[in-house]
Amino acid sequence: MSDTANAARAQVLDGIRRSLRRGPLAGPAREAVEARLAAPVRGPSVARARLPQPQKVALFCQWAETNNATVARVAPTEVAAEVSAYLARNNLPAQAAMAPSPLLDRYDWASQKMLALRRGRGEGDDQVSITGAFAGIAETGTLVTVSGPDHPVSLNLLPDTHVVVVREDDIVAGYEDVWARLRERYGKDVLPRTVNTITGPSRTGDIEQAMELGAHGPRRMHVLVVHE
Amino acid sequence: MQSTARDFKHNAGAALADANLQDSLAKLKVGFSERRRQAAERLPEFEALRDAARDIKNHALAHLDFYLEEFERKVTALGGHVHWAPTAEDARRIITELCRSVGARTIAKSKSMISEEIGINAHLEAAGIAPIETDLGEYIIQLRHEPPSHIIAPAVHLTKDQVAGTFVEHHGPLGFTRRLTERQDLVAEARHVLRQKFLDADVGLTGANFLVAETGSSMLVTNEGNADLSNTLPKMHIVLASIEKVIPTLEDAAVLLRVLARSATGQESSTYTTINTGPRRTGDLDGPAHYHVVILDNGRSSVLGTEMQDMLRCIRCGACMNHCPVYGAIGGHAYGWVYPGPIGSVLTPQLIGVEEASNLPNASTFCGRCESVCPVRIPLPGLMRHWREREFERHLTPKGVRQGLALWGFLARRPKLYRRVTGWANRVLALFGRGEGRYASLPLAAGWTRFRDFPAPPAGGTFHAQWARHGGARTRP
Ligand code: SF4
Repeated sequence: MSDTANAARAQVLDGIRRSLRRGPLAGPAREAVEARLAAPVRGPSVARARLPQPQKVALFCQWAETNNATVARVAPTEVAAEVSAYLARNNLPAQAAMAPSPLLDRYDWASQKMLALRRGRGEGDDQVSITGAFAGIAETGTLVTVSGPDHPVSLNLLPDTHVVVVREDDIVAGYEDVWARLRERYGKDVLPRTVNTITGPSRTGDIEQAMELGAHGPRRMHVLVVHE
Repeated sequence: MQSTARDFKHNAGAALADANLQDSLAKLKVGFSERRRQAAERLPEFEALRDAARDIKNHALAHLDFYLEEFERKVTALGGHVHWAPTAEDARRIITELCRSVGARTIAKSKSMISEEIGINAHLEAAGIAPIETDLGEYIIQLRHEPPSHIIAPAVHLTKDQVAGTFVEHHGPLGFTRRLTERQDLVAEARHVLRQKFLDADVGLTGANFLVAETGSSMLVTNEGNADLSNTLPKMHIVLASIEKVIPTLEDAAVLLRVLARSATGQESSTYTTINTGPRRTGDLDGPAHYHVVILDNGRSSVLGTEMQDMLRCIRCGACMNHCPVYGAIGGHAYGWVYPGPIGSVLTPQLIGVEEASNLPNASTFCGRCESVCPVRIPLPGLMRHWREREFERHLTPKGVRQGLALWGFLARRPKLYRRVTGWANRVLALFGRGEGRYASLPLAAGWTRFRDFPAPPAGGTFHAQWARHGGARTRP
């Protein structure tokens, strides 16, 4: 850090401490906040999503649809065929950019002779993308994706249509359960570059407060909920 | 941005006479506020969540230095950079230098109120860098060279026909010459035009709804996806956030997110809530190579520990303005600076000085709706009253008001005289008739009656007179 940068940093932090009428946190006061960071406390829990797993999955589907996504509940063997059928139903071309994810590779894409798949990141003129999801949130019908070599973020954003495959087992009640799973996978205090939580297709209320779909992100979102 | 808060009365008058604006404002009641009410009713835990949200922000403010340092430590560990900006000027300089360091020509900007507060756009343009607003509302007002009129819906003052006119004017040269009539088509045209700008941008500049100390993350909440394109495609992501945005943990974020979307637009959840942590990692196929966070103070630290501290809890949801009868009548521009509505009346005197903004804390009927909907329970009317007191102490109150208050104070300390004078006034007013219960015009009081009726005095004489007649304090029901 340069001298100016150091001085600016000290100016802000000292200003805060002067207003709070204390020096840097020390002793028991510091230990208390450190403990709060080390073991985060959950806020009031939302009752509507505290359900047995099958009802949780049903609640997820219901909220996803309320938030303008479409949902298909399928077996693993049906995933590839449902994607083809969805594209045909909506007059979309039988081609898609797919996340290079081992989890998606388990499905039988070869069975769909007409479906052309490109694995990689999203491009500006992509019509359709297919990605997996790290989790689904039942409380609001929200999908959670994490960035990494197997999931470029651009696939969530650039295509007109986003097809997301989520496993029933990965559907949880609320955000807090997602945080717990993230800590399990990446370690406490560590996150991948991007965690996206996505609730339905892109929209805007900026003209006359009326919600219109398809602002900058996908206009359509189709969610395949896989029963394994 | 140059403030016109001094001209509040004139601005308000012009706003009341603006037919397009009045059309747009009429939609507020049935739009955001009604949807907020329904969302709150759907969630039985909503009030408990508001309490928790308030407590989280209070805790964060009481330990702000600790959490900011913790945040900085985590960002740095992941290869990101934190820059401290005591003033708006510092933030402008830091951002411009960062843009220059990657030879930026255009930057994709995602709506950020703080970027309006520091006036970054004009500064970047002067440095030869083109900032492109990508939030639809911000994009529209950037084309029109207007400031935002609402903190979450910056173009809420415009009708779709006005937007259509703006698009014909600016998109015509790009080949879009048809004047559109449907909102859907306006959205599609803007999407098309802006898509290329995203792909070309060298830097993405966003705000942050929250900074999470636990993980060193910046959190962004949007509906359009523009913030996400801004932080995914360009080679550098700059986050501009003020000091009070930092919160301890992801669990705290979960509480705040639940009240934010519902209070703002009545949605159960905004479409995109994104957690960004550091630059692109090894093996990632996209994402920015450079990640910078600029932390702005701009006078906020001096509010800590004062009776005004509560204003720093604000999560910028916009509910207070959606529910404010004054905002609903005059819109956001009349407030004359970046932050309109009740929270603007509290923030603006702090940020640009009470001398400049002394009108704003008076632009309130004290009806209390703002406080009753604020997700973090900021006592907005109380804070406005503090400003009024400070204004009075500093002799900024208009002479007429000061003299009136002095006269009233003189009478109130002399009960006999007070009763005689009010009884006399009651009889004089009665001469003008009290049939309707109100007066549409009164001599010497045109300043009042031009815009509203003056209530007629009660038929039975003054309150004191009636009180005495009914036995006064001696009778108990
Ligand atoms: S003061 Fe409260 S209601 Fe107003 S914008 Fe801030 S958080 Fe929302």
